[in-house]
Amino acid sequence: MITGTLAGLGRATLALLAGLGAGAIFLARTLAAMLRPPFYAREFGHALLTIGYFSLPVVGLTAIFTGAALALQIYAGGSRFEAEAVVPSIVAIGMARELGPVLGGLMVAARVASSIAAEIGTMKVTEQIDALVTLSTDPMRYLTVPRVLAATLSVPVLVAVGDSIGIFGGYLVGTGRLGFNHAVYLQNTVDFLEFWDVASGLIKGAVFGFLIALTGCFYGMNSGRGAQGVGRATKSAVVAASVLILAANYLLTEAFFSA
Amino acid sequence: MIELDNVHKAFGPKKVLQGVTLHVPQGTSLVIIGGSGTGKSVTLKCVLGLITPDAGTIRVGGQPVGGTDRDAFLARFGMLFQGGALFDSMPVWQNVAFRLLRGALKRPRDEAREIAIEKLRRVGLKPDVADLFPAELSGGMQKRVGLARAIAAEPEIIFFDEPTTGLDPIMAGVINDLIREIVVEMGATAMTITHDMSSVRAIADDVAMLHDGVIKWAGPVAQMDASGDPYLDQFIHGRADGPIEAVR
Repeated sequence: MITGTLAGLGRATLALLAGLGAGAIFLARTLAAMLRPPFYAREFGHALLTIGYFSLPVVGLTAIFTGAALALQIYAGGSRFEAEAVVPSIVAIGMARELGPVLGGLMVAARVASSIAAEIGTMKVTEQIDALVTLSTDPMRYLTVPRVLAATLSVPVLVAVGDSIGIFGGYLVGTGRLGFNHAVYLQNTVDFLEFWDVASGLIKGAVFGFLIALTGCFYGMNSGRGAQGVGRATKSAVVAASVLILAANYLLTEAFFSA
Repeated sequence: MIELDNVHKAFGPKKVLQGVTLHVPQGTSLVIIGGSGTGKSVTLKCVLGLITPDAGTIRVGGQPVGGTDRDAFLARFGMLFQGGALFDSMPVWQNVAFRLLRGALKRPRDEAREIAIEKLRRVGLKPDVADLFPAELSGGMQKRVGLARAIAAEPEIIFFDEPTTGLDPIMAGVINDLIREIVVEMGATAMTITHDMSSVRAIADDVAMLHDGVIKWAGPVAQMDASGDPYLDQFIHGRADGPIEAVR
């Protein structure tokens, strides 16, 4: 009984370490591939469109509802201390520093990591990856690098758009439901929002974008056989990307907090 | 031209290749036959460098596989995959001209498209197929497009992985004839793996029978029926009784 439990624990530990090692090697290969030509501009452009542009609706909707709910929550909390006036500034700071990048990142992870893992996983099981190699094309440079670069560049833009829409959501609720004056709300938002609030969120967005695409590509390239293998790769990519985003968010927040 | 000497490959405890030795002279067509899971695809992938053998040597044109200039090495090959392996995100002509649109063999887009249409015509497809996507094609048409892609850059060596699997007998015959014509016309060295004995007779100059990770018999296709080898006899006649276990 005890031996069996220990053996199971040992197997799980070895599997975890093997997974971490494989992930680290994949990261190193991706970074190495970024530094060597050729660079596939057409693939990069296509990835920018699918990862960035087509994620705008989901990020925008998430942001507007989050900003609106945040305004109500801050008002409810602030009213206990007669501090209702902080609603505009806290909505702006909360969206820019935390909720914009994290919720935006999680929504993009759900949409993009799954899509990348399913696409590349299907390519793997239908031998399209092998076909790429026989056509003298490195799959890391052709598939992984464009997606990782596109996500790293486009997620901060999505975060910036999400921040703006989220703040607008707070403004709508603040002025329409909570009775704030339009001009005062906007003035408080602008006055208290600092450059670093926005910049730290954008840096988080870039890191999250990198992690989302890298995770999607990793699980796609390592997909098992058949529909079940691709399904498992897709699910694992979303779960891993989400956990990595939350872990990276804490580490980055800690680093920014200490700086 | 292609030389495999004592090649071994295992996946975990499963020993797939256990000392494969094969020589394919330049300009000849070798067909490797054998049951499912006997290592035929692994053999091809070892030659291409997609899988690294555990032991043994593989040379192509005297050069060992896995040398430094991998792009130049792979530029000598064309391959028709079992399921076609067409890129479903791009139209047919871009699949065929894939190699001509990027890398060392890059040409202007118009020229690459013209070559693709010419290759499609060579495999019996009309130019209007060029702008369709792979999902819009039948299985036979996908095989033809895969064949057109394999020959688009005029390779010295062409590999065919189960070229007639999933096709009706008439379409299989058409594909077999096309492969034979193209290989002769181009003077290419060809390696094919198949279960289909009609393909063997249509395509092969030489035949090699792979079983239990080793070559059980190899020789000219004309001697195949009179080989006297019990493994080969059982396989080519499709008998359940014989030295090859029917359930593997």
